[in-house]
Amino acid sequence: MPHRLLKFALSPDYPESRMFRAPPRLGDRYDVVIIGGGGHGLAAAYYLARDYGITNVAVLEKDYIGAGGTGRNTAIVRSNYLTPEGAAFYQTSLELFQDLSRDLDYNLFYSERGHFTLAHSPASLRTQRWRAEVNKHLGIDSRVVTPDFIKECVPELDLSCGGHQAPIYGALYHPPGAIARHDAVAWAYARGADERGVEIHQNVSVTDIDVRDGQVVGVQTDQGYIATNKVLSAVAGWTTSITEMVDLRTPLVIYPLQALVSEPLKPFLNHIVVSASLHLYVSQSTRGELVGGASLDPYELISMRSTLDFAEGLAGHMLDLFPCWSQVNVVRQWGGLCDMTPDFSPIMGTTPIEGFYIDAGWGTWGFKATPVSGLTMAHTVATDADHPLIRPFHLQRFSNFQLVGEKGAASVGH
Amino acid sequence: MKLVPCPVNGLRPLQEFHFGGEVRDMPDGEAVSDAEWADYVFHRRGEGAVKREWWYHVPSGVWFIAERDNRTDEFVRSYLYEENGDG
Ligand SMILES: Cc1cc2nc3c(=O)[nH]c(=O)nc-3n(C[C@H](O)[C@H](O)[C@H](O)COP(=O)(O)OP(=O)(O)OC[C@H]3O[C@@H](n4cnc5c(N)ncnc54)[C@H](O)[C@@H]3O)c2cc1C
Repeated sequence: MPHRLLKFALSPDYPESRMFRAPPRLGDRYDVVIIGGGGHGLAAAYYLARDYGITNVAVLEKDYIGAGGTGRNTAIVRSNYLTPEGAAFYQTSLELFQDLSRDLDYNLFYSERGHFTLAHSPASLRTQRWRAEVNKHLGIDSRVVTPDFIKECVPELDLSCGGHQAPIYGALYHPPGAIARHDAVAWAYARGADERGVEIHQNVSVTDIDVRDGQVVGVQTDQGYIATNKVLSAVAGWTTSITEMVDLRTPLVIYPLQALVSEPLKPFLNHIVVSASLHLYVSQSTRGELVGGASLDPYELISMRSTLDFAEGLAGHMLDLFPCWSQVNVVRQWGGLCDMTPDFSPIMGTTPIEGFYIDAGWGTWGFKATPVSGLTMAHTVATDADHPLIRPFHLQRFSNFQLVGEKGAASVGH
Repeated sequence: MKLVPCPVNGLRPLQEFHFGGEVRDMPDGEAVSDAEWADYVFHRRGEGAVKREWWYHVPSGVWFIAERDNRTDEFVRSYLYEENGDG
């Protein structure tokens, strides 16, 4: 248990202060400007201050902390990816997450659940066997399990899918698969950065980036100009609006991803259940809500609207797997922006523009990478050299045909 | 329900369509450098704008071009490739 919680409980006068200050106005000059107050930007600010002593840093957020994907995701953390590059990266993140509540002294409700990816055909079971072998080889806890094992863990699941869909032949099982409270991740990093001197400015929008002779010299905001030689863009689904400012070509295209939650129920679903064939993933939050998501919307759109088509489709597929949920009410649905790459891996690191660093390509999979992205981007910004873990994710890979194909492990949105 | 304007079949539900991405001119693979070819293969214009896009009406097998604002999701107009937007 975080010590803070204990101290708070024992103290008579409830000494809880604000999570982070609201600085009165923007400064004229910072060593580093971070665009985007999502988990990634805030984590980078935290590690810049903690590990490199760089504290003259401003995080600029056009909305409120966590307004983007950070506060909209379905909070799934896992590392059963397919490529050695991806697996090493996400495994590092998962290990950081396991200790993060203590590290940040804040309860992130990190909850290990075990993660099932269901196979609805012998062919997909074969693919999962392959994935399990690759995972094991890379030191990741992952194996193929039988329908009996699934039934024992998730007794409510109808393995025959009521005859409406192909039945379940087995699953890829990843015991460390977890969920966390996503807003808390942003707040805790914000507090940690703030305590070390970083300024967090909400409601400040970056409108242009000033580049002279190939070097960043400042950013223009709707609250005035800031001089700086280092800018980190950590805006995920808004990245194309930032790269446009510096004329940087990328493969990113923006698609919406939607999610919904049910009314709270008593805890009964311990695991995370994913079906790629039914475009569905679901878990039960610590508050008891069923949290569900589907695959990406079928076409490009830079909008966070949510649709009835999505809710209907997802609810239908949930009932194929869990017919006993037919009376459960959906209470909320929403959408978020996903910056998709062709190989389903992120784009991270230095760029051809000196002093402009990019942390993007988070698509439907970036929440789980929050700690490791913060850590590696802080290194990259501080030392001006790409951290070894993120070298494979450099933007350059699209010019020299060195893609890092993760579609098989990342394609159902989480 | 989202309706998509097909130049042949009129307004039809989104579920009948397949999205084909922005219309782009393919450079002559023999004439361009590797870097220019890679740029064509991978890079996209991801920012918000009214764009010319490929759409496919699956039941009738019609590929066509639609001009759509990818921020507001409004279709401006649609036409067959041969018509090139002028007809
Ligand atoms: C429905 C849904 C479910 C998901 N489920 C999962 C999951 O289960 N597991 C997983 O790992 N990932 C998941 N993801 C993906 C994940 O949410 C994102 O990849 C991740 O949150 C990105 O975090 P970030 O900090 O990079 O960006 P964000 O949290 O999006 O933060 C970017 C911030 O930048 C701000 N900004 C933008 N432009 C400007 C500007 N010009 N000036 C100043 N500020 C600006 C925005 O307001 C925003 O707050 C999901 C995504 C969605 C939409």
